[in-house]
Amino acid sequence: MGALAVIALIGRMVVMFALLYLVPIAFAVFEHDAAEKPFLLSGAATLTVGLAMSLATRRFRRELQPRDGFLLVGLTWAVLPVFGALPLWLAVPGLSLTDAYFEATSAFTATGATAITGLDRLPLSVNVWRCFMMFVGGLGIIALAVAILPVLGVGGSQLFKAETAGPMKDQKFTPRIADTARAIWVTYGTLAMACMLAYRAAGMSWVDAFLHMCTTVSLGGFSRYDASFGHWNSPQVEAVAIVFMLLAGVNLVLYFVAWRARSLAVLWRNAEVQAFVGALAGSIALISGYLWLNGAYAGYPEALRHTAFHVVSIATTTGYAAYDYAQWPLFAPLLMILLGCFVTCAGSTGGGIKMVRMLLLLQQSRRELARIIHPSAVMPVVLGGMAVSERVMSSVIAFMMMYGATLVSLTMLLLFSGLDVVTAFTAVIACVNNIGPGLGEVGPAVNYGSLSDFQTWVCSLAMLLGRLELLSVLVLLTPTFWRR
Amino acid sequence: MKVLILGAGRVGESVAESLVSERNDITVIDTDPARLRALQERLDLRGVAGNGIQPSVLRDAGAEDADMLIACAPQDETNLVACKVAHEVFNIPTTIARLRSPEFDHEGSELLSKKGFAVDHVIHPEQSVTAYIRKLIEYPEALQVLEFAHGLVSLIAVRAVAGGPLVRHSLAEIPQLVPGAEMRIVAIYRQDKVVPRLDGATRIEPGDEVFVLAATEHIRAVLGALRKMDRPVKRIMVAGGGRVGLRLAREVASQYRVKIIEQQRARCEYLATQLPADVLVLQGDSTDEDLLGDENVQDMDLFLALTSDDEDNIMACLLAKRLGARRVLAVINRQAYADLVQGTQIDIAISPSHAVIGELLTHVRRGDVEAVHSLRRGAAEALEGIVRGDAKTCRMAGRRIDEIGLPEGAQVGALVRGLHLADGSEVEPEFAKPRVIIAHHDTVVQPHDHVIVFVPRRRMVREVEKLFQVSATFMF
Repeated sequence: MGALAVIALIGRMVVMFALLYLVPIAFAVFEHDAAEKPFLLSGAATLTVGLAMSLATRRFRRELQPRDGFLLVGLTWAVLPVFGALPLWLAVPGLSLTDAYFEATSAFTATGATAITGLDRLPLSVNVWRCFMMFVGGLGIIALAVAILPVLGVGGSQLFKAETAGPMKDQKFTPRIADTARAIWVTYGTLAMACMLAYRAAGMSWVDAFLHMCTTVSLGGFSRYDASFGHWNSPQVEAVAIVFMLLAGVNLVLYFVAWRARSLAVLWRNAEVQAFVGALAGSIALISGYLWLNGAYAGYPEALRHTAFHVVSIATTTGYAAYDYAQWPLFAPLLMILLGCFVTCAGSTGGGIKMVRMLLLLQQSRRELARIIHPSAVMPVVLGGMAVSERVMSSVIAFMMMYGATLVSLTMLLLFSGLDVVTAFTAVIACVNNIGPGLGEVGPAVNYGSLSDFQTWVCSLAMLLGRLELLSVLVLLTPTFWRR
Repeated sequence: MKVLILGAGRVGESVAESLVSERNDITVIDTDPARLRALQERLDLRGVAGNGIQPSVLRDAGAEDADMLIACAPQDETNLVACKVAHEVFNIPTTIARLRSPEFDHEGSELLSKKGFAVDHVIHPEQSVTAYIRKLIEYPEALQVLEFAHGLVSLIAVRAVAGGPLVRHSLAEIPQLVPGAEMRIVAIYRQDKVVPRLDGATRIEPGDEVFVLAATEHIRAVLGALRKMDRPVKRIMVAGGGRVGLRLAREVASQYRVKIIEQQRARCEYLATQLPADVLVLQGDSTDEDLLGDENVQDMDLFLALTSDDEDNIMACLLAKRLGARRVLAVINRQAYADLVQGTQIDIAISPSHAVIGELLTHVRRGDVEAVHSLRRGAAEALEGIVRGDAKTCRMAGRRIDEIGLPEGAQVGALVRGLHLADGSEVEPEFAKPRVIIAHHDTVVQPHDHVIVFVPRRRMVREVEKLFQVSATFMF
């Protein structure tokens, strides 16, 4: 029975997840805050359930088959937020289970959409939990499991593939998948450490630096404060945030490769990185000029500062706000959200379509046009000096189709439930691409708390679909998957 | 000289042919006995069947007292190993390997040093052919342009066409008609026969194939003097995406609009990944008139047929010419075909093996020979030698050109002075102020000059070589 073998492994994942509770528990005990009991309770509950699951199905444990991998990844990502939501539900007064699950999913998928108002008044450990889940989820819980748990075996690379973002997942950078996962986690950890120190140097307290580091390098976007980065209103803090959001928006594997080659050329010669930086720089120039000419800001430097922060924040799917950019003329925030759909690189912690897919599609369109004039021309899509196979191209096109279909159907669901067009559309885009804030009722100045339960569940689903890049989840819905 | 040649392929065969005619003892090693038999019947050499990397086979071929190994098997690895074995086991003094991959000498000379694969000289046939063709793209009016002395001097072969200022004029009139561009006409071929005894009264007739030595910066002036200049090349169509096609397309892609036609789908895809995006890779048959028409062959300044199939190249060129391509070039391996088509509808027939021979002969020639180019399909030769020694030890140094005693018909065309210090060591390129001296009968050759000699007949080469040799016992 494949399903039971999967449950056995999920049990192990839950046990591993229970260990993550140590972090908020430590904060809660140290601070003696109101959330001490909920955390201990939830941690114990999670550990018990996890152990029970893995013990009960011990006999069915076996090597995973590829199809089990998808089931495992899908289920893990759906189930773990339940456990993550537990302490939030217990510790935050007035938070419904729906909203707690939403909040946990948002943290876990590094989206950054929140349903909680009054973040400043929450016990510290609750904020630690929100941010820390984001840190772990940002890179991927399966990647963590592959890196530290030897149990996943050969199937690990399957799992890893199902969770990693990007169209070409067959490149291995080390012979063993566990080493790859470990290398990526080390890179991520190094980046996080640098980010925390930089925040501290820019003027944050140690705790704030830790919390915001967690949500910056994961490109999540949770903050400890309702005002988000408006709390500091400091150009230095924003500059640090911009730098680390940009760094985290690049394929993390590239840092590893660059380090191994002892050369930064790997980074700036990479077509995807060039496009990533180019698109952001161009958009910042465009929007800041537009806002300045529109009179939204008196001086250009001020326009540039706010534009740079928000464009990078939204486009890299982080979603911090320092200012209510919904007040800007609609063109600017809408462009930022659309950028968020595709700007980040594959293999980064960002969400969305990923820049590499856009590059491939652009080339594909160009070659279709050229083929009209030169019917015999051979023009493979080329990326980094290698021809991209037709299989990858068709999977990219299929992805785009499903992406479009997902956006439309989820938007229709929200419209059906009574939301207005702007809110429904931007909420779906912001959730599927793991950006966070949308516009209208879910804009930067308000939050997802105002949505009905049904709408909140739709948004939670959207976040999961987006984080696992649709295919890994949608494959579970096909009859072929279940046919033995 | 006793020479072992490994591999009886195209390169091996033409190397053998070229060296046999110079009275060398040639032994060819190849795995295919039939091929060796054919070669043995045609040329005066010995064939040994077997795998040339095995010491026993090499010994059988006489490696123990061989002077030179030329490894030109199809695989780089065979050639590398053969050189290593030749050096380690038989201590053959000179080893030459043909290598297709440029990476071995890029990785630093260590890999090919005596400690490594022990390759003394590397020849790159594809590179030579590519360089040959590139010159013709740069100077489309020329039949061939060859460089000497680090590119300072060029030998230009060009067909005189009525309308050029020098045509129907005598050689004595050159300085008046083309002032400012000093040149020396070293040979004229009329109806494929060399014109004997060039002097001031010799006239250049339309249709003559003229060989001119001049400083490289004057190439255009020389060409313009012998024929009307065409407009420069902008659009190139290459038929055949093999090694040469790919190399050429990659090198010229930034300066010209290049279209490349290749028959195999997989190769096309490889080409497309290797070439910049503005090179158009087309899959199809280069002899397909619809394809050529659709891709506007009539607008091409140059059509190059570079496939490995002679017949295809000829047909593609004829077709392209008929459809309106301005100038067509075909790579033709078979000597008979090349003689047949040169100067007909096909403007230039390139024989790849002869592009390589020059490279190889440089290492075979005695004396301090810097460069050798084989001309007119091996009938003639141009060589650049460095004058070592002084008036006492060398027959060239310190003498006027008309005193040297060159064989009849051989001509000193140009000298390059200033590339060496007084002790003979080479000057750092950035400090060198070399001077190109177009030779006259009274020009005096000095020690350390680079002398470029045109030899109209191969059998004279031996004598010319001797002129460059330094001998302690030489007394005039």
